Amino acid sequence: MRDSTHARSTQAAAGRAGGSGTDFISLRHVSKFFGDFRALDDVSLDIGLGQKIVICGPSGSGKSTLIRCINRLETHDSGEIAIDGVRLDDSTAARAVLRNNVGMVFQQFNLFPHLSILENLTLGPVRARGMDQVAARELAEYYLERVKIPEQIEKYPHQLSGGQQQRVAIARALCMEPQIMLFDEPTSALDPEMIAEVLEVIEELAGSGMTMICVTHEMGFAGHVADRMVFMDHGKIVETAPPQDFFSKPKSDRCKTFLQQILRH
Amino acid sequence: MVMTRLLPLAALFFLGGCSGTWGWYVVNPSTAAGQRNLMFLIDGLYYTIALSVTAILISIFLGLMVALPGLARQRPPRMVNRVYVELVRAVPILVLILWVYYGLPQVADISISVFWAGVLALAISDSAFQAEIFRAGIQSIDRGQHEAAHSISLSYVDKMRFVILPQAIKRILPALGNQLVYMLKMSSLVSVIGMEELTRRANELVVTEYRPLEIYTVLVIEYLVLILVVSAGVRWLEMRMGAADRR
Ligand SMILES: Nc1ncnc2c1ncn2[C@@H]1O[C@H](COP(=O)(O)OP(=O)(O)OP(=O)(O)O)[C@@H](O)[C@H]1O
Ligand SMILES: [Mg+2]
Repeated sequence: MRDSTHARSTQAAAGRAGGSGTDFISLRHVSKFFGDFRALDDVSLDIGLGQKIVICGPSGSGKSTLIRCINRLETHDSGEIAIDGVRLDDSTAARAVLRNNVGMVFQQFNLFPHLSILENLTLGPVRARGMDQVAARELAEYYLERVKIPEQIEKYPHQLSGGQQQRVAIARALCMEPQIMLFDEPTSALDPEMIAEVLEVIEELAGSGMTMICVTHEMGFAGHVADRMVFMDHGKIVETAPPQDFFSKPKSDRCKTFLQQILRH
Repeated sequence: MVMTRLLPLAALFFLGGCSGTWGWYVVNPSTAAGQRNLMFLIDGLYYTIALSVTAILISIFLGLMVALPGLARQRPPRMVNRVYVELVRAVPILVLILWVYYGLPQVADISISVFWAGVLALAISDSAFQAEIFRAGIQSIDRGQHEAAHSISLSYVDKMRFVILPQAIKRILPALGNQLVYMLKMSSLVSVIGMEELTRRANELVVTEYRPLEIYTVLVIEYLVLILVVSAGVRWLEMRMGAADRR
């Protein structure tokens, strides 16, 4: 059953081979304003299929805004964002691309508290992708297994620990079978003893070839997982480098200062 | 303080029933005439309930339809919401009942029954309050719930139906209960256009029996019992829905 994901990935890869670029996600001169405030300032970034990007930077630097623009929780004001060659705007084509490609995990989990874990997981597949209940349940069981909590399927979110809730949230996103997963500080709301179990799940997911963009300050995790580190400040991408270079010889002073602060704790 | 003044009054009231100046006989269930009168009064219950329940169902629907544009990001739909709420709230229910029953048939060239005129007027009048209740209820739901629904690609209707409204309704249940009680009381106004509900029947009986005190006392008790029962029902529902959350 899970073969469909891989089939679509290869299809997408094959479709792109004839095209111009090899980038699955591409941001070109993207800016975003909140009133007069420029939250994103001429951001350009290319991400290939299967790549893992970790974004870090001080609070308010626009990290959340950047990944929220990628699944259109925020709409960018200028520039262009394209996924799999489709430009993101209000068109149905863009909506279809988002529906079929992009999953998101939030800092605050945002599970639906009035629905059981099973219902949390099957709502999207059944309502948005027209899957029947039986198939959706199988899907939910499969992904709950992958996030290592198969036994919680009939429970409600408030009956689970924070770490378990976040893993359910990851499974909920995976049930839509996306090719890209966006994580916005997935462990920041967790007690320290639960951070590891969530990071472990995300690392396994990374190992399976998923394209990922993750905002996090867990630098150990970033070192393992990231193909590229992106450092943001004041709405701009200040520095981008492979993790070894990023941690050992950061170029900009702002990045140096930031890393010193974060690694000291 | 108030109690000490009321107590002798209440005693007088009930003892008075036995004396010559009081006429509880009009509703004395042990006599055939009294029983007939009592049944006549109680039968009005059917229309009071039918009116109120039909009206509240319609007003909940209308209220939701008016609340949703009030939550839009753009200005025009929000204006539609504001104008509707302000206009409808400004018209007294009694005036709306008279206008719908006597005025609407002339404007729209339709005939409308007393029942549906009453339902329509009550529903429209209440819908403005329902709209405000729903708007507040929906706004109280965390933004993250909307974003999570968006992130699994739910349509607007699915998001509202499966994610937002079930949570909002649970929160506004006490307010909805209040509106139902309010509606049951306001339905008495429909008596002015001849609806045979509780109040109208009491009025009619007073005209033939000349016993306003006794008959209106029965009327008060009828509303009191009805509303206490409804309140208990709403509380039970609240508890049950609350329990479902803690399950
Ligand atoms: N909806 C909004 N309205 C107005 N300003 C906003 C809004 N969302 C974000 N901002 C502003 O945009 C800037 C960037 O916000 P963003 O959430 O992207 O930062 P961040 O890098 O994710 O920070 P953090 O590490 O605290 O999560 C901040 O200054 C924030 O105040
Ligand atoms: Mg953020």
